[in-house]
Amino acid sequence: MIVAITGIILILFVVGHLLGNLQIFIGPDWINGYSQHLRDLGPLLWVIRSFLLASVIIHIWVTIHLAIENRRARPEAYIDRHYVKADFASRHMVMSGLIVLAFIIYHLAHFTVRVTDPRFGLLKADPLGHYDVYSMMVYGFQNYFVSGFYVLGLFLLALHLSHGSSSFFQSLGLNDKKLTPRLALGGRIFAWLLFAGYTSIPVAILLGIIKPAQQL
Amino acid sequence: MNFRLRIWRQLNLKSSGKLVDYDVENISPHTSFLEMLDVLNEKLLGRGDEPVAFDSDCREGICGTCSLTVNGEAHGPDHPGAVCELYMRRFRDGATITVEPFRVGAFPIVKDLVIDRSALDRIVQAGGFISARAGSAPEANSIPIPKHDSDLAMEAAACIGCGACAAACPNRSAMLFTAAKVSHLSLLPQGYPERDRRVLKMVQVMDAAGFGNCTNTYECEAVCPAEISASFISKLNREYARAQFRRRLGE
Amino acid sequence: MIGTLDAKIPPGPLAQKWRSHRDHMRLVNPNNRRKFDVIVVGSGLAGGSAAATLGELGYRVKCFCFQDSPRRAHSIAAQGGINAAKNYQNDGDSVYRLFHDTIKGGDFRSREANVYRLAEISNIIIDQCVAQGVPFAREYSGLLANRSFGGSQVSRTFYARGQTGQQLLLGCYQALCRQIAAGTVEMFPQTEMLDLVIVDGQAKGIITRSLRSGKIDRHAADAVVLATGGYGNVFYLSTNARGCNVTATYRAYKRGALFANPAFTQIHPTCIPVSGDYQSKLTLMSESLRNDGRVWVPKRKEDRDKPRGEIPEADRDYYLERKYPSYGNLAPRDISSRAAKEVCDEGRGVGPGGRGVYLDFADAIKRLGEDVIRERYGNLFEVYEKITGENAYKVPMRIYPAVHYTMGGLWVDYDLMSNLPGLFVIGEANFSDHGANRLGASALMQGLADGYFVLPNTLPNYLASQMGKRPPPDSAEFGEAEGCVCARIEKLLSVNGTRSVDSFHRELGLLLWDKCGMSRNEKGLREALQKIPELREQFWRDVRVLGSDQDYNQALERAGRVADFLEFAELMCIDALERDESAGGHFREEHQTPDGEALRDDERHAAVYAWEFQGDGQDPKLHREPLQFETVHLAQRSYK
Ligand SMILES: Cc1cc2nc3c(=O)[nH]c(=O)nc-3n(C[C@H](O)[C@H](O)[C@H](O)COP(=O)(O)OP(=O)(O)OC[C@H]3O[C@@H](n4cnc5c(N)ncnc54)[C@H](O)[C@@H]3O)c2cc1C
Ligand code: HEM
Ligand code: SF4
Ligand code: FES
Repeated sequence: MIVAITGIILILFVVGHLLGNLQIFIGPDWINGYSQHLRDLGPLLWVIRSFLLASVIIHIWVTIHLAIENRRARPEAYIDRHYVKADFASRHMVMSGLIVLAFIIYHLAHFTVRVTDPRFGLLKADPLGHYDVYSMMVYGFQNYFVSGFYVLGLFLLALHLSHGSSSFFQSLGLNDKKLTPRLALGGRIFAWLLFAGYTSIPVAILLGIIKPAQQL
Repeated sequence: MNFRLRIWRQLNLKSSGKLVDYDVENISPHTSFLEMLDVLNEKLLGRGDEPVAFDSDCREGICGTCSLTVNGEAHGPDHPGAVCELYMRRFRDGATITVEPFRVGAFPIVKDLVIDRSALDRIVQAGGFISARAGSAPEANSIPIPKHDSDLAMEAAACIGCGACAAACPNRSAMLFTAAKVSHLSLLPQGYPERDRRVLKMVQVMDAAGFGNCTNTYECEAVCPAEISASFISKLNREYARAQFRRRLGE
Repeated sequence: MIGTLDAKIPPGPLAQKWRSHRDHMRLVNPNNRRKFDVIVVGSGLAGGSAAATLGELGYRVKCFCFQDSPRRAHSIAAQGGINAAKNYQNDGDSVYRLFHDTIKGGDFRSREANVYRLAEISNIIIDQCVAQGVPFAREYSGLLANRSFGGSQVSRTFYARGQTGQQLLLGCYQALCRQIAAGTVEMFPQTEMLDLVIVDGQAKGIITRSLRSGKIDRHAADAVVLATGGYGNVFYLSTNARGCNVTATYRAYKRGALFANPAFTQIHPTCIPVSGDYQSKLTLMSESLRNDGRVWVPKRKEDRDKPRGEIPEADRDYYLERKYPSYGNLAPRDISSRAAKEVCDEGRGVGPGGRGVYLDFADAIKRLGEDVIRERYGNLFEVYEKITGENAYKVPMRIYPAVHYTMGGLWVDYDLMSNLPGLFVIGEANFSDHGANRLGASALMQGLADGYFVLPNTLPNYLASQMGKRPPPDSAEFGEAEGCVCARIEKLLSVNGTRSVDSFHRELGLLLWDKCGMSRNEKGLREALQKIPELREQFWRDVRVLGSDQDYNQALERAGRVADFLEFAELMCIDALERDESAGGHFREEHQTPDGEALRDDERHAAVYAWEFQGDGQDPKLHREPLQFETVHLAQRSYK
């Protein structure tokens, strides 16, 4: 249940975050303004951040704990194993979750703390005096490795959510026999839409559809 | 038909086991899987080898005694159905078939393919009943129950207690088994009075027995011979949340 | 010398006997109940309900079963339903009518007083089960539904899909679990009773073997209840589960308990026919199918192998409807089974080996639609398809009779106590209320009546005089019994011959099916009586059981059971020979009406035959309990 609730919080964040990021397609002013709005929240931003952080930690702590129990419940593996219904995503939640975690850490270091790329410090404020997030994203994603890892991270997130985003209905007892298959399908569609949304940004940048607003 | 069998042999819980290869020949396609093992055992006996131990009783899919993992699937490839309802016509002539026990930490191996499922009994003992002393019952038709509820309760009650759900679950969770009993009893008005207590205690004992945690992979539902729907797990989660909430309120 | 038995039937008018008996039985004070240990062997409907109820009352109960969980007792397999005289259908049912149907169905070979009590109790069983949460089928009104069953013209059978036995047993099992948790019942799964211990002529304990570890244990108690089910597996192939056996009751017999009517076995008309040599069991198709299915075979032998579609209506012989117009396809089991055998013997049987008749749903599907049929029998059709690979919505089912139920069992008096004081026998294990033939949906009723309502009333009547008389388990009698058990196990392991246990069992089964099955005659029975001892002798010379007695050894388990069957089979044939009449499931070819119906001989055989063990190799001694019919009129059964 805790996993489900923290999972939902994280999903909400991921959706919100995507909507924010997609503003890059509208233009530098929008996204830079959005970023500034977030910053202007001041202490509230930190409340939200710590809330999300707490969710992530609890989510991970509980799932790892459960996973250890599960391992203990299974002293010996089958020599020959064939699954009938459990798909890849549902069987590898910890694996996909952990890679997503690694990705999140890198991602924060990259864009929030900005320690991985020295060039980000050189970016000037945009005409409205906002930090130029737009250009930062563009420069960031112009690197194939950065984009590649980003896409991989998102791929695993999508995999994670293709199961997780319908699974929480079951964990919270919110579905029934008729609803379950529809939710499962909906969850899968949702997860892959998310993937498409997020990856559209680096793809667009790499294809040169989006160009930096300022030159370095 | 001829088959090569790779069967798990293990003397007892303490010793370690391994897969051993055996061949069986001239099996009619209408032979059941367990009868095929009977044939193998006759052959082993003739050679002076100890027969393979495996459980079965009713051999018609209702008692829940039989418990084999065939080619990596609990109860074998013919779902829904217990392995005693599996017939050799389901296999290719000449196929190699792997036979393992239900491997669940909470079901220790007794010998070869036989396991100890007393953990499931303990879950029911924890509260899987309606306390109705013999002699104290009201007239049967004094409690009308909507057909829909009663039919749904019957669907849940059909569980044969085989433990395949836990065996197939990547996490070795016994949620489907527990959910079936909780749902059966809480769908009926007779079961309301003990509803909260029942679900809390059953889940507590289930966890203590060393089963894993449900992550909704639905593998259980896929192998369940009684076609118990995983939506009952959702119902269990709901019942559990409700009971916890009410208990908190009560305190 | 033939002894006469007294069933201790209470005086008074039939309808008042049970009530007035209860008014006068001795009771055990609630504080004293926990001072009594009661052993219940068996956790089926009878044993499970008895153990749970005695636990509720406060006795200290030890319950044993050979399965790994009490929930797996063979009662779980019962499909069709359970009778009760509720008259919810307003179709004229009553306690008297259920009583009368049961006596008549049993071909007037059961005790009036017991059967009346059974019919009386039938109603509160349904109440009890509903209160426990048994999900019986219901109508849209939310009230309970009924179906009809063979041998009656009213609709009085309660059912839970095709899994009535399962649901009733789970109800019992749950009640039992509640008592186990409460500490009043101690459960011993996978523990087999191998001997009964008699101290001063009273049953005071048992010797058991743990199937898991091989450990032999002594259990002393104030009373022993056997609820170990039927012995249909003496035929090897039957609808019973693999583990069903005669061991507990047979060992009690060897300790002096009388075995009543062992020849009375029931052959069920609707089973899936045998298909191969290695078949290990036969699967029953619930008789409820006969509500909507029509039984037929081709009129001419030549049409036997033609598909159904090519046999026009005019060339079909709906033989049950033809011979028994008023009951038609719902004629009682013994009659339907014999009729099937008859048409197959004439060479008109269908399917492999010509051992099958059609059970056809085409008309019902036309009349009611496939959905209704699916709703009523869906799971049975699935089972059929699984086993045969045929879809019975499209082609007719093939069915053939198979051994199903055993009316015989240990003799008990009205209180369900055997001739050995302290030994009570309930459920299918006793010689029961079903006479020479059991009606469908009555065994579940009897098992639960015995366990929930009769025994908990009659057992205290015995216990009240037994305060402080429980012997210690280290007394000489226990030592002697344990010695016998160990010696026998050792002997089984030491033969080290060449043949498997199953091969002997199969051979015995074929012999009995042939000579002491659906129909019997003197010559065949005498032959069997000659062959059985030979087979037994061969068994003890040539059986091969590997492994040790110190661990889980399934072959050893089975060997012990088959050894008992090999002795018991002889008793069955002796009884069948002695009962020189036809009655219900016991059809002696010498005694039939011109049109082939069973012909009773009430002058000579209106009695229960109970056999007393006299020592190995000696003929058992016969005791008779004459049956008095004060209420019903003895008549030839007619289902025409
Ligand atoms: C396929 C099938 C369908 C049926 N359908 C119906 C139906 O629709 N309606 C109906 O009324 N009846 C039906 N019957 C009959 C009915 O199911 C049985 O007669 C009844 O369930 C017997 O119950 P029981 O408690 O006496 O014995 P069982 O349920 O057979 O229980 C026997 C118990 O004794 C234990 N036991 C046996 N031997 C030993 C030993 N040596 N040591 C320790 N424990 C031992 C076993 O472990 C088990 O717990 C059916 C029977 C079959 C086979
Ligand atoms: C943005 C990040 C994440 C999101 C949005 C997210 C979301 C979710 C959701 C919605 C569920 C389903 C909950 C349920 O069915 O009860 C879930 C389950 C799970 N998550 Fe995450 N998660 C994230 C990160 C992680 C991480 C970093 C881990 C690393 C351990 C992880 C491990 C798991 C596991 C093991 C489960 C399955 C457990 C279960 O269903 O009970 N997740 N996640
Ligand atoms: S839920 Fe299904 S798989 Fe699990 S124990 Fe019950 S019948 Fe077996
Ligand atoms: S042996 Fe009974 S379910 Fe398989």
